[in-house]
Amino acid sequence: MDTFWIILTGILVAACCSLLGCFLLLRKMAMVGDAISHAVLPGIVIAYLLAQNRDSLPMLMGAGVFGVLVTVLIETLHKQGKMQIDAAIGVSFTWLFAIGVILISLYAGQVDLDQDCVLYGEIAYVPLDTWNIANREIPRTVGILSILLLGIIAFIVLGYKALFVTTFDEVFAASMGISTAFWHYALMSAVSFTTVMSFEAVGAILVVAFLVGPPSIAYLLTDNLRWMLVLSLLLGILTAITGYYLAVWINGSIAGGMAAALGVEFGLVFLWAPKYGLFFQKKKKIQNMF
Amino acid sequence: MIDVQDLIDFFLLRDPNVRWVVLGIMLMSAASAVVGVFAYLRKRALVGDAVSHAILPGVCVAFLVTGIKNPWILLGGAFLSGYFSLWCINLISKHSRIKPDTAIALILSVFYGVGILLLTSIQNSGNANQSGLDKFLFGKAAALVYDDVLVFSFFGVLLILVVMLLFIPFKVMAFDRDFAQSSGLPVNALDTVLSVMTVLAITIGIQTVGVVLMAALLITPAASARYWTHNLRIMVILAAAIGAFSGILGAFVSYEWAKMPTGPWVVTFLSLIAVVSVLFGTHKGVWAKLRQLHRNRLKMLEENILKCFYHLGEQDHSFTIARSLEEIQEKRLFELRQLKKGLKRLTRKKLLLLHADKYALTDQGMEEGKRVTRIHRLWELYLTKHLHLASDHVHEDAEAIEHIITPEIERELEVHLNFPRTDPHQTPIPYK
Repeated sequence: MDTFWIILTGILVAACCSLLGCFLLLRKMAMVGDAISHAVLPGIVIAYLLAQNRDSLPMLMGAGVFGVLVTVLIETLHKQGKMQIDAAIGVSFTWLFAIGVILISLYAGQVDLDQDCVLYGEIAYVPLDTWNIANREIPRTVGILSILLLGIIAFIVLGYKALFVTTFDEVFAASMGISTAFWHYALMSAVSFTTVMSFEAVGAILVVAFLVGPPSIAYLLTDNLRWMLVLSLLLGILTAITGYYLAVWINGSIAGGMAAALGVEFGLVFLWAPKYGLFFQKKKKIQNMF
Repeated sequence: MIDVQDLIDFFLLRDPNVRWVVLGIMLMSAASAVVGVFAYLRKRALVGDAVSHAILPGVCVAFLVTGIKNPWILLGGAFLSGYFSLWCINLISKHSRIKPDTAIALILSVFYGVGILLLTSIQNSGNANQSGLDKFLFGKAAALVYDDVLVFSFFGVLLILVVMLLFIPFKVMAFDRDFAQSSGLPVNALDTVLSVMTVLAITIGIQTVGVVLMAALLITPAASARYWTHNLRIMVILAAAIGAFSGILGAFVSYEWAKMPTGPWVVTFLSLIAVVSVLFGTHKGVWAKLRQLHRNRLKMLEENILKCFYHLGEQDHSFTIARSLEEIQEKRLFELRQLKKGLKRLTRKKLLLLHADKYALTDQGMEEGKRVTRIHRLWELYLTKHLHLASDHVHEDAEAIEHIITPEIERELEVHLNFPRTDPHQTPIPYK
């Protein structure tokens, strides 16, 4: 039964992240996901200090605040401060992460957290902490992530048109009266919440892997946004399952295994994708020569 | 709070342990900053973040293959996998439709994931020798020993020397790759050197601040330095100085308060310097920009007032009549507070004279008003003659350009239009 819950958790995280990741990738904001997933650290520590426990709600709020804060910081440095975007991202998230580490050291006795746990979490503990729903023991993380996934699906289905337009043509969106800023921050908030809800289980690194990996594989396979969403969802699920067995096979971290599986999948698609793969492109080049 | 004696002891480097820590951190921060400048200029600042994460699998593989924890072997493994990750990022962004930033995020997470997988697998294997392997990655600045500092100093100095030697080619590469190639520079070889240097700086530096914060050591000094200068040489020196200075401050904090980690404090000081630079930097800083904007507004206001006086003078065929505020407002509607401010400034500059609440042009003021009027009319004529715009469409444009045109361009306009007598509205153009 534990295996089932662990894989299900992986699948839920993968599904949440890969759906949101498609939009991040198309908006050229892949590294923002990485930035958010690191910058939530001080939020988590502060929430922990205030609430004195590992309850999800305060942590979620703390992390959500800092997740949005880092995107505001990046935007401000980039737009008002005229800093180039990659540097703005790098400066912002390292600073917030540093503050988080300092807070942890400052309250070392009171905070049962360390920076490693933010980076790679521990999915194997998921089945230990359960909710009792209708006389059935359901891991708390699975419950939370299911609700989150439903929320994200609702967000994408209801906001599909606005997200689509603001992603591909900001000027057109503005002319239709759709606020790009609103959808930008809505998406960023969704990414922050997903990060913090998943971090306990899988850690920041797997969140980034799922945010970027399945969407970029799907991006090499299709030109259609709907198909891209569906494909990355399926790829995320596939990754969670194969990654789990890879980790069990070599007796290592499950989050690590899932990220590694993603790497293998990406490698295969990068080389042999039908239209955008390396070999197909090379073949086309050779054919064009004659 | 801060014990003065501690402060003196620290900054005079009396304690030999402190001496090594400070020296090592300073050298490493400075060297990373110098290398970071070039990554920054190529808009590849975040590559550093990917490489620092990608080091982990190399460390694990090196340990798995050799079975010993020799720091040189681990460093070698770290270097190789760091370099390999850089190669992968380039391959993906060059040969597929995936953008560089996505490639960076992907490689970062996959390499780190593989590293975690291997590390945990080693830890679970029960190999007694493995303990402390992870410490390699999370920074141990406060616990630096003489040997570490020797390594830091050697590589720090090496990196700085290479940048000094290859400064000119790197500079050309950073600003104009195509030009570098066409002028016969070995672009690919230089690229490789730069990559090797980046990976080296990260591999060595990671031990002072840890995986996540290493990116800041590379990027933040360069990003800050950019706000103070346009000159690359000064930028490199400044970035190194910012790195070294934050290094000392960070080391001091963890010396004074034993609980405090060095790396995060170094990064915090770096970030504070970055914020100050963004706000008050002399070249691109927000404050400098606002001041420039304010100055331009004042200049426009003053020139518009003088022009208004000149127009009034033309009307009455006398440029020395003193004018009241109402007369000026009638000719051109200024905002009253702005007008008063402008008049006061112009009087102080002796371009206007104040007689009993009325203002008159001085000779100097008249020349200035004439100049602005002349440029305005020349520009209107230029637009109608050469851009074939209707004469009723050119005023707005001339209103803006009259404040910008330099004496040299003015001269060129005159020659180009062959010293015309009137503008498109048949108003005479006043010459000196």
